Amino acid sequence: MSINIKDVLKKYTMVFALLAVIIFFQAITGGKMLLAQNVNNLISQNAYVFVLAAGMLLCILTGGNIDLACGSVVCFIGGIGAVMMDKDISWVFAVIVMFIGGILVGAWQGFWIAYFKVPPFIATLAGMYAFRGLSNVVLQGYTVGIRNQVFLNVFGGGADCYIPDLFGGQNLNVTCLLIGIILAVIFVVMTVTGRARAIKAGNDVGPFYGDAVKMVVVSIAVIWFFYKLANYKGIPTSLIWIGVVLLVYAYITSNTRMGRYLYAVGGNEKATTLSGIDSRKVYFFAYVNMGLMSGLAGILTIARATQAQPTFGQGYEMDAIAACFIGGASAYGGEGNIFGIVIGALLMGVINMGMSIMGMEANYQKVVKGLVVLIAIIFDVVSNSKKK
Amino acid sequence: MAKELLRMDHITKVFPGVKALDNVNLSVEEGEIHALVGENGAGKSTLMNVLSGIYPYGTYEGDIVYEGEVCKFQKIKDSEKKGIVIIHQELALVPQMSIGENMFIGNERGTKNAINWNETYSEADKYLKMVGLSESSHVLIKDIGTGKQQLVEIAKALAKHAKLLILDEPTSSLNETDSRALLDLMLEFKKQGMTMIIISHKLNEVVYVADKITVIRDGSTVETMDCHSTKIDEDRIIRGMVGRELTNRFPKREGVAIGDINLEVKDWTVHHPLYTERKVVDGVNFNVRKGEVVGIYGLMGAGRTELAMSIFGKSYGSEVTGTLTINGQEVSLKDPRAAIEAKIAYVTEDRKGNGLVLSNPIRVNTSLANMKGVSDRGIIDQDKEYQVADEYREKLSTKTPSVEQNVGNLSGGNQQKVLLAKWMFTDPDILILDEPTRGIDVGAKYEIYCIINDLVKAGKSVVMISSELPEVLGMSDRIYIMNEGRFVGELNAAEATQELIMTSILQSGRGE
Repeated sequence: MSINIKDVLKKYTMVFALLAVIIFFQAITGGKMLLAQNVNNLISQNAYVFVLAAGMLLCILTGGNIDLACGSVVCFIGGIGAVMMDKDISWVFAVIVMFIGGILVGAWQGFWIAYFKVPPFIATLAGMYAFRGLSNVVLQGYTVGIRNQVFLNVFGGGADCYIPDLFGGQNLNVTCLLIGIILAVIFVVMTVTGRARAIKAGNDVGPFYGDAVKMVVVSIAVIWFFYKLANYKGIPTSLIWIGVVLLVYAYITSNTRMGRYLYAVGGNEKATTLSGIDSRKVYFFAYVNMGLMSGLAGILTIARATQAQPTFGQGYEMDAIAACFIGGASAYGGEGNIFGIVIGALLMGVINMGMSIMGMEANYQKVVKGLVVLIAIIFDVVSNSKKK
Repeated sequence: MAKELLRMDHITKVFPGVKALDNVNLSVEEGEIHALVGENGAGKSTLMNVLSGIYPYGTYEGDIVYEGEVCKFQKIKDSEKKGIVIIHQELALVPQMSIGENMFIGNERGTKNAINWNETYSEADKYLKMVGLSESSHVLIKDIGTGKQQLVEIAKALAKHAKLLILDEPTSSLNETDSRALLDLMLEFKKQGMTMIIISHKLNEVVYVADKITVIRDGSTVETMDCHSTKIDEDRIIRGMVGRELTNRFPKREGVAIGDINLEVKDWTVHHPLYTERKVVDGVNFNVRKGEVVGIYGLMGAGRTELAMSIFGKSYGSEVTGTLTINGQEVSLKDPRAAIEAKIAYVTEDRKGNGLVLSNPIRVNTSLANMKGVSDRGIIDQDKEYQVADEYREKLSTKTPSVEQNVGNLSGGNQQKVLLAKWMFTDPDILILDEPTRGIDVGAKYEIYCIINDLVKAGKSVVMISSELPEVLGMSDRIYIMNEGRFVGELNAAEATQELIMTSILQSGRGE
């Protein structure tokens, strides 16, 4: 058995596209693109995209359904938290309230979508207006600053939101690099044991060199990435949140029953219902999750800005949707994965940052972003139509 | 001999990986009704798509000679200009628009920027009269029945000045009366000199209208029969279609002991989900024993699928009343989950529509109805899932390189096996198979029949719903006959014949 190069290229097209874009900007900005500080900023700036895209993916899987409200919800939830902390309420309590708030918002939208069959586009469009309005009400139209240093540190805002070096390295954050190496080792060990388990169970596994190449490439990428972070200030705390979210959602989508149902409902809802699965619960789950992620994104957003403003979160929903579609999620549902959206979010982030470093005018940046989304979708549609 | 209107010469059409048409020849004379018959997937529709320009010139090999000249159609409009009009199996009408609007869609009357509505509607009325419709052309399509919609399609074709009319399964969604009316209309058109090609599965209809019958099998023409020189009957056509005699179509089932009653349905009545005053299933009683195959035969629209789905956790209809008894115990199944837990499996009629998730691999489809069997506290054991899927692949001899293959890439017969595997994995006692062999080839059918035999050998009960009489006769221990929502007869396999079944349907219809 061998690996078909064509299939590999097709499967990882967006990864190659990402590499090409990085190399392009690296060349055109004279190496500024991959400066440690920029790599670090790439993560902190785009934390909300990763988090929202993870939630959005679940909605999109159920049949190309999107959540237009999440940008407004980010602002609404962030506003609640900022106001609470401004009134000197404990930050832990505020965070709990924000998470619960996100879940309630998701449940509200999910209820109408799942049990009353309100088209998600409409239900969340309504939410987009309503929660934007409520954000203004909560903040009373003002900017509310956040002074709680612990909150800022934990959720990736302010100057000290990095994991400190336990070894006191001078220019290099040794802890950070060490964590990178440990993660790479964990990945290798898990790949090898997973493969062994599959073989033991008598299952069909690809040739070993396929996995070997994967292990080498991923390890190098992970260690390189953490080396870059170590060269600046180390691991930003927001990266931990992103990491946890992505790992949890990767697990949900690939290894749990609920994850499987998301794909099945998006692939063929009638067949799924007749298989004894309540599709309404699946929709509800997806949107409640989206609410939870909106809540987390709200927390990360106000932490990074160290304040909450009534205009926060505008267009966030579009960034999340774009990341999903660029990352290979099908606009008809049933296809897509977390790895894809990570690539999608990074691609958008890299293009944004590259253009900013180049000093391109903001309006043109939007044009380029639009074209990237369009090209990605065209690619998806064309490659799918060829399959048939 | 009449003049030849159309000749399709050595047509070969290759899709990536599959040769859909292999050297097909077809000759149609002016003023005749030419029937194309063959099993699903034999290539009939592909051939007609080649003819009408859906597959443009250059994507196939061979020549289309129409009215003596070689045609190179690039698109449908090209063939329509020549008077070749195809009416597809799925009606291409917009429900929210009026009959008149639909008839001239893409063929509007008036100038480029202004539609002449008076002309549109008066012309429409003229053509409607020709097909015997008394409706005004202002009526919306959604307000008329399927039979009339089919006639509108024909009127639409006439408005395009059709010389050669191609009807792809025109009666598949019509009831007996409407079908007969349509066929008579075709004979009427023939008298007026129209040439027609009809594709149909209903061989009795083919025998009724056709002058010539061309049989296509596996992408090649097998033979063309002239109905006037010799008497052609259905058996003769089937022989051509399947390429062998009918005798060995069903595997023998021996030494299966029929046990106690497993499922008993009493006074089962189901109302239409929208038009709630209409009864789709009306006071049905039946039972099935362990180790028994019970056939439910009925024409399309008899309410068979609705009956099955309403039993399977009320998946269809409103106001479902009646009692269900499983193994002597009365049960109430409120949703499919409950039905699965009561050990009922419903293998759906429409594999692609509501049976399988085509974009997912075999492995995922196999476990979908019994996720608990491959998971623990919500976490899926993918290795176990793989083993289960692979086991069924072997057991049912599904032809696929691996169970990681997407179901959408499989042939109909193999998809059906995956669907069966999915339901067998739920470990049911009672399997309701709805048209288990629709659209699959004879070889795969035989294998499905063997699987059914194995199931009853293992003591399961099988309810097989089918509109193919030979299948019902060949496979069932007992046969129920369904018509217009009611059971109108019950026969033992030994006494059942094609004639007896058809008579009981006809008599029940006349009794109204």
